[in-house]
This record gives sequence, structure tokens and C-alpha cells, in this order.
Amino acid sequence: MDVVNQLQRQFLDYSASLHREGFLDDQFTQLQKLQDENSPDFVVEVASLFFEDCEKLINNMARALEQQGVDFKQVDASVHQLKGSSSSIGAMRVKNVCIAFRSFCEAQNREGCLRCLQQVTHEYSLLKNKLQTLFRLEQQILAAGGSVPAIE
Amino acid sequence: MGLKLQQSQHQHQQQHHSVAVKVNEQTGTKRGYTFIQANRAWLPKFLLLWVMVMAFLSTWIYKKMDADIKVRRKEVLSSMCDERARMLQDQFSVSVNHVHALAILISTFHYYKNPSAIDQETFAEYTARTAFERPLLSGVAYAERVVHSERGQFERQHGWTIKTMQREPSPVRDEYAPVILSQETVSYIESLDMMSGEEDRENILRARATGKAVLTSPFRLLGSHHLGVVLTFPVYKSKLPTRPTVEERIEATAGYLGGAFDVESLVENLLGQLAGKQAILVNVYDITNSSDYLIMYGHQNQDGDLALLYESKLDFGDPFRKHTMICRYQQKAPTPWTALTTAFLFFVICLLVGYILYGAAIHIVKVEDDFHEMQELKVRAEAADVAKSQFLATVSHEIRTPMNGILGMLALLLDTDLSSTQRDYAQTAQVCGKALIALINEVLDRAKIEAGKLEMETVPFDLRSILDDVLSLFSEKSRNKGVELAVFVSDKVPEMVMGDPGRFRQIITNLVGNSVKFTERGHIFVKVHLAENTKPVVDAKVETCLNGGSDGGVPISDAHQFKTLSGYEAADERNSWDSFKHLVSYEESRYDASINMTVPGETSQSVTLMVSVEDTGIGIPLIAQDRVFMPFMQADSSTSRNYGGTGIGLSITKCLVELMGGHISFVSRPQVGSTFTFTADFGRCKKASFNDTKKSNTEDLPSSFRGLKAIVVDRKPVRAAVTRYHLKRLGILPEVSGSVMISASACGKNGSSCGSKIQPDIILVEKDLWLSGEDGGLSSRMLDWKQNGHTFKLPKMILLATNITNVELEKAKAAGFVDTVIMKPMRASMVAACLQQVLGIGNKKQVGKDAQNGSLRSLLCGKKILVVDDNMVNRRVAAGALKKFGAAVECAESGKVALKLLQIPHSFDACFMDIQMPEMDGFEATRQIRMMESQANEQMNGGGIDKGFARNGEWHVPILAMTADVIHATYDECLKCGMDGYVSKPFEEENLYQAVTKFFKV
Repeated sequence: MDVVNQLQRQFLDYSASLHREGFLDDQFTQLQKLQDENSPDFVVEVASLFFEDCEKLINNMARALEQQGVDFKQVDASVHQLKGSSSSIGAMRVKNVCIAFRSFCEAQNREGCLRCLQQVTHEYSLLKNKLQTLFRLEQQILAAGGSVPAIE
Repeated sequence: MGLKLQQSQHQHQQQHHSVAVKVNEQTGTKRGYTFIQANRAWLPKFLLLWVMVMAFLSTWIYKKMDADIKVRRKEVLSSMCDERARMLQDQFSVSVNHVHALAILISTFHYYKNPSAIDQETFAEYTARTAFERPLLSGVAYAERVVHSERGQFERQHGWTIKTMQREPSPVRDEYAPVILSQETVSYIESLDMMSGEEDRENILRARATGKAVLTSPFRLLGSHHLGVVLTFPVYKSKLPTRPTVEERIEATAGYLGGAFDVESLVENLLGQLAGKQAILVNVYDITNSSDYLIMYGHQNQDGDLALLYESKLDFGDPFRKHTMICRYQQKAPTPWTALTTAFLFFVICLLVGYILYGAAIHIVKVEDDFHEMQELKVRAEAADVAKSQFLATVSHEIRTPMNGILGMLALLLDTDLSSTQRDYAQTAQVCGKALIALINEVLDRAKIEAGKLEMETVPFDLRSILDDVLSLFSEKSRNKGVELAVFVSDKVPEMVMGDPGRFRQIITNLVGNSVKFTERGHIFVKVHLAENTKPVVDAKVETCLNGGSDGGVPISDAHQFKTLSGYEAADERNSWDSFKHLVSYEESRYDASINMTVPGETSQSVTLMVSVEDTGIGIPLIAQDRVFMPFMQADSSTSRNYGGTGIGLSITKCLVELMGGHISFVSRPQVGSTFTFTADFGRCKKASFNDTKKSNTEDLPSSFRGLKAIVVDRKPVRAAVTRYHLKRLGILPEVSGSVMISASACGKNGSSCGSKIQPDIILVEKDLWLSGEDGGLSSRMLDWKQNGHTFKLPKMILLATNITNVELEKAKAAGFVDTVIMKPMRASMVAACLQQVLGIGNKKQVGKDAQNGSLRSLLCGKKILVVDDNMVNRRVAAGALKKFGAAVECAESGKVALKLLQIPHSFDACFMDIQMPEMDGFEATRQIRMMESQANEQMNGGGIDKGFARNGEWHVPILAMTADVIHATYDECLKCGMDGYVSKPFEEENLYQAVTKFFKV
């Protein structure tokens, strides 16, 4: 039980730190609440969907921004998508970058867009790492026979 | 988003353009200049021309008048002259005739009689006596023809020799003509030979040749030295043949009769007889010799008016001699003053008229110029107004977008780990942002109302709970200020009415908010009753006035207090107890009646409510009262400094009230307070529909208190009525008592006799009454009861207070007087909660998330729901959330797919639709779905396919928008395209619940 307890505490600490550092917000907690016996992998499922989506969108944006005449509308659409997804999942930092990104798109500022793209990519990979760690912790808890503690 | 912005910009430009075009059109059409306006540059020239023409005209008039005068002068002259000439001629010819008669006399009596019947003596006497017949002749004389051969005999016969004019013996001549007979006046010429004078001789010769009277040219007469002429008449010896020749005449000549005309005196005499002799000068000339006029009369020195002469012919009967009379005015023609003044006045008048016309024209031009200028300004002002509205709409819309960002960011910021100071700052910023959004919404509301775009909802709602809600909003503030806040709704007002709850709430919030803002003491009282009830109230009021307004039921301890809610004076007396009690009692009787039978009024479709909000605040200054409802007007600038606010609220309120078919008015007295009263029309709810909606819209009041009895101890009747109203809503039967003692004694009686009167379960006491120290006896008795452990159930004591200090509370509790304290403002739900706590009954309603969660689950369980979103993650999250509540969820990643899935017939119960999607956005998809449905409905109604598919008889799948926008402009757009509501994204349970309850029945 010690192990489970420790893991559980670790899990809580970690998720608290994620919240504290602004990677995640309440929406993510809401998601976690949605997860129950009927859909045990709900969060992971959503997260992986999000990652897929993100990668695809980031690639899209990168490609669009590389081109000579940048189609800012297209970029904006992608950013909008990304913003929607990130706010759904509660990826706050990604979402915030997206907001800045959109203003650059509107201003048709390629430099700013590229900078934001970089930031988004950065934030995204950070988040991915963090979440994967979180999920790993979760699985470890489950494997150890404990239950994932409810946050707050 | 960028696209949208561009679009709006484009629209904006278009509108701008259209405004500009409109301006041009308007100015274009208004260019209809008048004639004067068109020829403005010519005006001074016209004036000059006019003056010149008038000068010419007046000169002409002068000349014409002058000529007229001259002509008249000439005519006068000619007529005078002619008259004189004729008179002269007449008199002359009369004289000549007389001389002729003398001649015949002489020939008859001197020659035909032998011897002669006439001698000198006879002739002299005769002529002297007939001299009046010849006034013009100075005298007459007869000279006999004597040839030289007969001279000696003649001289002897008469005894004297023939003398010449020079009185010398006549030299020898062929012939002589000595005067033998003469009038006495000219006796000096007797024996003078007339032939010796050149003039006379010629005369004699001419006279005897012609046989007529002849005249000499004028010469100085011998006697008088006046100018005169001599008339000579021949006398023939024998009768002449009928046509005698000159020789025969000469042969027959016997002598000559002559007379001297003294022309000068003659004319003098003549003129003296005539009027105006001074006016004209008369000259008479002998003009026989046309080159040399001989003057017969008149002055040779030419004075008088030489310019105008008139000549009249004179005929003195001698064809050889010609005479003429020339007249002229003695004075020169006077200056023609009349003509001159007439012409001058005419000129002056014309000049003035011209100047007046010119002035008028100039004025017209100026006025028209001003008019055109004003018109242009007006058009520009209108354009500016339109531009202002557009600007306002655009700007407020554009502000809201970033504001959402700010609010969102602030929300996120608040979620992060913040120090308490930072949190405070962020929270403040968020509150401010929300206030700003609210203000922007207000401004947009105002603009919408102005454009007539605001539409009223018609849904059933519970008026009372809305009023409670509004009150609870302000309860904190009013409590802090120590202001009593209360609501009273007449029992006659239906529980559920049809109308726009949001707008109604807005009105009440505005009015109460205003009151709270401006009230520092006293009370704020919201009262709702049927508008038709006011009439009996007025009647009743009159009655009480007549009766002297005595009411013994409620003793008043403090005479200075007014019978209002808090005892402070209110602006509008209609809310004071005098009228209010009638309303209450009237309603009670009506209410009792209406339990058993429907009141006639209930059958009508609509109900008009009268709502009044009374406060005892600072009031509205009299000068500001007429602009209270004007937007952005506050009483004065210091108001907004002291109390804040933009002043837009009341104007919106007025518009809303008018949209609800009512009108708003107010009574306000500075330093006393204001009472705003408005009426509004609501629809009545049909019983069936209201049972459904009632549960969803209102929090249910627990029914567990039904039948309980309570005593309200309060001396202020209005306040007691309010308390009673809230208790009644809970089903409690209240009774009002004026003092604790009375109620206590009632209890006491009950205690002893156990039950002839009602046994109260609860006693509610007002704090001020308790503090007034009257409780002493009661509280001790209470304690007594408690200690003694009476058999009957003790009534619960509850203190009602607006604000209470902890010390007071402790004191009350320590005294064992109260079981709990109900803080005002009272709300039915709060009273219920307190009572539950005190009585320990009916804890059925567990307020909390689980309950709601459960209800959401019960709502959604088993329902088939379609989620439409292009964003995979969003879709998954939404689906997850809905699944959690037991719904069967299907997803669609675009509007088109959703359309396909929703092809009729389908089995979906609801659809959640994202707004912003590529290809086909949520609005468009909804529109198409609705079109599809209406087609299907038509077919079904017309042809009637399988009715089994259609639930509720018609296809209408509820569509809810999912949007991150929280502003209600988006909401309006949602409703416009046929959606039923919206939920914010990401889902919030409460929000979801509210949206979903509208469609799913439990």
C-alpha cells in the first residue's frame, strides 16, 4: 500500500504542478471527472486524439508558413482548430499561445506567426511529455492495484 | 474570425458609401433655387435700372404736367384775348353804325331838304344828345365837298374862309373839304379843310370811292394827344344806282362825316370793365403795312411774359386796314410747383418701393441661403447620426471581441497560482470587465431599441421568483447600507405569466439598482399588483379621507413616523398604508373568492400589471425631472461623480416598458424619495402549459410548511403585509399582531385552555420591536414555559432584521428569545430554508451538485443526441460529457454530414452544433435543417404520410449552438437562424442543464 500511496501522492503533486505551471486548467479536471467505469480510457483517448490533431495542425501550419505567399486564412483556420482542441482538453498554455498566434495571423505578420508556431510546437511537446508522464503514473497506480485519486 | 472582420469592414464601407450617396442625393434634390436666388448677382443692377426708369418716368410726368399747365395758360390767354378783341370790335362796329346813321341823317336832312333842315346848332345838339351812342368817338364832324370853282360862293355863304389844318387860309386846290357841322367836343375843327391833312385826305378819297367807313392809321389826336384813328364816312347827294362805279360815287359825293376814335381810352375803358385786367397786357396794332406795325394801344416797352403771346384779329369794318390785338401775361409763368412736387413725390415713392423690393429680395436670398445651409447641415447631422449609430454598433461589437479575450484571460489568470494580492487585482479586473460588457450590452440594447430591432420573448415565467432573484442581487448592498428592501406581489397576480422574463428582470434590476444607489436610509419597496385594482384603491382612499382616516386596529406609537415600510416618508402616498391596506384587504376578499370560482378577469388573454418601486432616497431635483428618461442624462453632473453610472439605464427601462405595452411614470420629491411606477402587459398562462414549465423555470418552494400557523408581530402594517405575503407563499397561515404582548397572551391563553384559538407554530418578531424593550415580560414568560416544559409545542421565535450586529444576536440568543434570525430582504426560498432549519422538517431538497447532476442525468438519459463539430477533440469531449449523463451520442464532423444524418425520418432528440465550421457553418446547417423540416411538415400536414414518425405532430429537432462567445449578440443570431438555444463551450454542467431543460421533460 505504501507504494500505491506514494504513487498516488506523486500523481497528485504532479497534476497539481501541471495546474500550477499553467499547462492544464479546470477543463482537464472536468475531463478526468468524465472518466468512469463506462469509459476507463477517456482521458487518454481524448489526449491522444488531441496529440494527433496537434501534430497534423502544426504540420499544416508549418507548411503553410513556409510557402512564398502565406495563406494566412488557412493558417488562421488551423490555429482556430488548435485553439478549440486545446481549450477542450484544458491545455491552457497551448491555448494562450494560440490566442497570440491568431492576432498575428490577423495582422498577417509572418515573423510573429513563425515565432508562435515555434512556441506552440514547444508547448505542445512539453505538454505531451508532461501528460505522458501523468498517464504513466496513472497506469502505475492502476498496475499497483490502487485507484487514481480524484483531483481536488 | 479574420474573414468575419473583413466582411464586417466591407459591409461597413458599403454602408458608408451608401450614406455618402444618400447625402449627395439629398443635397442634389434640394438645389431648387428660386428666380430671385438664381439672379442674385443682378439685384443691384435691377435696383439701378429701376431707379433710372423711375427718374425718367417722373421727369416725363413733370413735363407732361408742365405742358398741360402751359396749354391751359395759353387757352386762358387766347380766350381772354379773343373776348377782348370781340368786345372791342363789337363796340367799334356799334359806333361805326351810328356814324353811318348820322351820315344818312345828314344826307336826308341837309341835302334832300331844301333848304337844309340842319344847321350847326341842330347838329351840335343832336350829336351831343346822341353821344352816349358813340362812346368810342371823341366827337363827329361833317365836312362838305367843295370844288375850287365853288369856293368863293361857299366862303361867302358861310362867312368864313376855308382854313388848312394849320389854321391858315387854305391855298388853292382842286377840291376842299371844310368842316361845316361839328359836335361841340370837336368844334375847334370847324372850317378846317379836312383835305389839307395827309391822312384825312387819303381817307376821304378812299371813303368816297368805296362808299364805306374807312379808318386812318393811328396818330396822335389833336385834342387829347391820345393815340387814335379817324373814321370817315362819305355822304352822297343823290341816290346812287344799285351798282355804282367809283366815278359815279365820286360824282355823287356831297360831303364826309368823320369821327375820331380815341383808341387808347377806348381800350382802357373796355379792359377796365373786364375781370383780370391786371393779369394780361393787351396791345393793339395796325398791321396794314405788314413790315411796320403801328401801335394803336399798349406800352411799347416790352415787359411781362414775352414767351407767350396770343394774336386776335380785329375787324373794324375797313377792309383796307388790318388790325390785330396781341395779348400776353403780365407776369411770367409761375414755377409749376404742383408738377414738380408730384413728380418728385412719385420719384421718392418709387425709389422707396424699389428699395423695399430690393431689401426683400436681398432678405429672401439671405434666408434661402441660410435655409440651404441649414438643410445641408441637417443632412450632415443625420448622416453623422447614422454614422454614430454604426460606429457605436461596430465599436461595441469590436470591443466585445477583445473583451472576451480579456475576460477569458482573467479567468485563466485566476485559475493559476496567485498571491492573494494578485488574485485581488485580477478579480477586480474581471469584475470591471464584466461591468464593461454589461455596459456595452446596454448601449447595444439602446441602439437596437432605437432601430426597433428588439423583440420580446413570450415565454411563461414566475414573476415572484424573478423579483426574489433581483432582490437577492441587491440584498448585500442594501444590508450594508441598512436600507430595508422588500417586495410585495398581490395575490391576484397570476403565478405564471407569459412575457419576457429577461427584459422584465432588466427593468426591475434597473429600477431597484437605481434606488439602491441613491438611497442611504429608509427602504426600497417593490410592489406588484393588477392595474385594474388601482381604481378601487383610489376610491377607498377617498373614503378613508372622508372618514377622517381613523383606523383603530393598528396603534401607532410614534406619531412622527409615516405609515410606510420603514416609517420614512415616501414621495408617492399611494404606497402608504392608508391605501395599501385597502389593496390588501380588497385582494384578500378577491383571493378568497377566486379559490372557489374563476374571477371574470381570468378568462381574458392578457393581464396588465402595475409595478411600483418606491425608495426613500435623495429624490430627483425638480429641474431634472423632465429629462429623467433621456439617455445619458443624470440629474446633474455631480450625480455621476458621486454615484457613478451612465444614465442610460432609465431610458432603456422606458423603452422596454413601452415594448411591453405599458408606460412608466414617477413621483419624486427631493430629499424624500422617488416612486417609479410602470405598467406592463403580460399574457396569461394556460394551466396545462404552466405545469410543465413551472418546474423547469422556477425553483420549487417546499410544500412542507403548508398549514402551519404563524403570528407576525409588527407595528408597521406595510412591513407586516410583506412578511405575510412571503409566508403565504409558503403556505403558512399568517396573522398580524401589533405587539408582542398580544401575541404572547394569545399563546398564553392557548397554553392554559388548550385550543379555542389558533395555536401558532411560529412567531416572527421585528427586530426594532424586540429592541424597544417591550419583550421583558414575554421573554421571561418564554423562558418560564421552556423551563416548565409545557405540554404543548412551543412556538418558534424568529427575529426579522435588516442588519444585526453580532452582539445583538448573541444577546438575543442568550435571552433565549429567538431560535433564529431571518435577514432581510425576505425571499420565500430563504425563509423556507430558515424555517427548515428551525423546525427541522422537510429536508427533502438537498441543494447541491448531485441533485442537479442527477436531474441532468435524468433529462439526458436514453436520449439520442447528435454532436456536430469539425474539431475532433471538441467532438470527443462533448460526446464524453453527454455520454456521462447517459445520452447516446453520435458525432458528425461537418454541417453536411449532420444534414445527411438529420434527413427525415431520423431518431435524434437533439443536436449540438458548433458555429464556426469550414464549408458549412452552424447557422447555415441549421437553416437547411429547418427548411427540410418545414417541407416535411408541410407534406405531412398536406398528404399525411406516416404519422407515426412524427412526435408532437411536427418535426422540430432542438438545435443548440456550441459557442465560446458569451455575448448575446451571438445568441440572437442563433435564434434568428432557427436554433433553440446555446451552450458555452467547453461544457459547463449548469449551463448545459439550463439549456437542456427547456426541451426535455423529466
